[in-house]
Amino acid sequence: MSETSGHSPRSADDPEPLRVVLAKLGFDGHDRGLKVVARTLRDAGMEVIYLGLRQTTESIIAACEQEDADVIGLSMHNAGHLTLAPRMVQAVDTAGLDVPVVIGGIVPAEDVNVLIEAGVAAVLGPGASAEEVVAAVKAAVTRQSAAR
Amino acid sequence: MVETMSGIPLDPSYGDGLQPGEYPYTRGLYPTGYRGKLWTMRMFAGFGTATDTNARFHALLRAGGTGLSTAFDMPTLMGRDSDHEWSVGEVGRAGVAVDTLADMEDLFAGIELDKVTTSMTINGPAAILMAMYVAVAEKNGVGRVHLGGTIQNDILKEYQAQKEYIFPPRPSVRLVTDLIRFTTAEMPRWHPVSISGYHIREAGSTAAQELAFTLANGFAYVEAAVAAGLNVDDFAPRLSFFFNAHSDFFEEIGKFRTARRIWATWMKDRYGATNPKSQLCRFHTQTAGVSLTAQQPENNIARVAVQTLSAVLGGTQSLHTDSYDEALALPTERAARIALRTQQIVAHETGAASVVDPLGGSHFVEWMTDEMERQANEIFDHIDQLGSGSMLEGVYAGIDDGYFVGEIADAAYRFEREVNAGRRIIVGVNEFTENDDDEANLLSIGHATEEMQIKRLEQVRGDRDADAVRASLAALIEVATQPDVNLMPSIIDAVRTYATEGEIVSALESVFGTYVETAVV
Repeated sequence: MSETSGHSPRSADDPEPLRVVLAKLGFDGHDRGLKVVARTLRDAGMEVIYLGLRQTTESIIAACEQEDADVIGLSMHNAGHLTLAPRMVQAVDTAGLDVPVVIGGIVPAEDVNVLIEAGVAAVLGPGASAEEVVAAVKAAVTRQSAAR
Repeated sequence: MVETMSGIPLDPSYGDGLQPGEYPYTRGLYPTGYRGKLWTMRMFAGFGTATDTNARFHALLRAGGTGLSTAFDMPTLMGRDSDHEWSVGEVGRAGVAVDTLADMEDLFAGIELDKVTTSMTINGPAAILMAMYVAVAEKNGVGRVHLGGTIQNDILKEYQAQKEYIFPPRPSVRLVTDLIRFTTAEMPRWHPVSISGYHIREAGSTAAQELAFTLANGFAYVEAAVAAGLNVDDFAPRLSFFFNAHSDFFEEIGKFRTARRIWATWMKDRYGATNPKSQLCRFHTQTAGVSLTAQQPENNIARVAVQTLSAVLGGTQSLHTDSYDEALALPTERAARIALRTQQIVAHETGAASVVDPLGGSHFVEWMTDEMERQANEIFDHIDQLGSGSMLEGVYAGIDDGYFVGEIADAAYRFEREVNAGRRIIVGVNEFTENDDDEANLLSIGHATEEMQIKRLEQVRGDRDADAVRASLAALIEVATQPDVNLMPSIIDAVRTYATEGEIVSALESVFGTYVETAVV
């Protein structure tokens, strides 16, 4: 756990492992994909803070602050992504955090750009390979630190 | 006379030795199989407001359907009202929204509930929705004794896989057994539990884990109902099952055949059921949603067809086929129609329904059937040990110590690694990936439903007798503290005052508590 509650900006090339908070928002209980992603990222050397089910934007923000997270990964399978994902991005901004939000799950192609425009860093669909998941998380952190 | 396309006459079944319809029913529950009765093509539907879904129900009945199957939206499944803070974006989306008896009245308006059978897919708040169904019917002059149908009401698999739990396991199982006692006494045509492996498999389990965890949950409910004072033969004939039909064809057929054999053997030998109907593992099947790919989605039509054939050759009593676009969005009507047509093609064109258990006697299928049983027995031994000789206590212990979720997550990860390493080919995903940029037409549902439903809820809250609601909830809380009293009558009283689903759940939570899963990866 970090000594400060603030986020320390870093890049994906840092020798320290990336710290990833993984969660599902609200009612959606489909956690198969998120658990596979958790193990995949851990196998790739990242620190995974797995919050699991029934989280709120507040509980995710609190975990990011406590755990000094570099990325938030949210899994969505209930067609609520257009409401919930932008709300998460906004909550990150409001909290003054510098943490990209990556979405995984069932997101129709036509919604992907809507989410990207709303500030989501990346959207991973069903069938994304382990390499694609790891690369998307790293790229999200790199872009975030470059934009700083 | 049943004959092949070329005019060859066919017997109902072939082979010496064990025949279909004979204990332990490995070869099928009935001697004539689908010749006596084709499987029920029960397609699951529900969307928007109760009025929207009611219109769909009427259309289905006009088209000759006799069975309704209701999908509820997430807030309803989780026991929360449409204006709960987590309901935003979920109201009426993946099913119909029901907050109060008023919605249930709209949902079944103009439908003769003594003439149709209704399947309701709901678990945590099953007792509340059952109470609403009874209240609607009785308001329309149909006594509860005449109601036929099924309520899923399988809470144990929620902690293991689907995760739509509300209360902790023990009070939740009390609600399950209260419903079993209630329907056993007052609703002889109702199936009070559909013990479901479908969601266990979707969460990533192997075929043998799906089989064993599901049957173990079934044994747990039998033990719980017997402990609540029922005789096994009084309720066991009304238990039914729900399995997944995945893509490994012969493994699935072995699984279905073994399920019948294990259930019959355990019910007779371990639980002393003497009524043959208590020994029959009747099951509904759904094709594997998780096998559908977002890449080249039309390929899913072929996957569903093969899975359909495995369910039919395995002897399912009813079947839902998934739509090819479900890895992308909620299904369109066109995709749902193709899924139904797939069943009709298998039923009427292939001859698969002509002969019972046509693969019985195949060296490989018989071996696979035995192998599934061997693997399931290892799991039963473990659960039995966890519970010191009680399957019910063993299932509770396996939920508490993360056994089920851990086994399922391990199997899911193993599968993904195999796909990722190319050791397992998924067409269009890790092989044959060219030309996968075809755009599919997808269904999307707007926000109008949510606004309408919340207005409706506010109106019902304003119109009802607030004192009656408060009194009924207080009475419910009082009964909840007495474990030996059946909760169903008090829940029926509460829904009749138009107490909301969320209010009833909160009242029960004040006594039972709320379940929070330990997050393990």
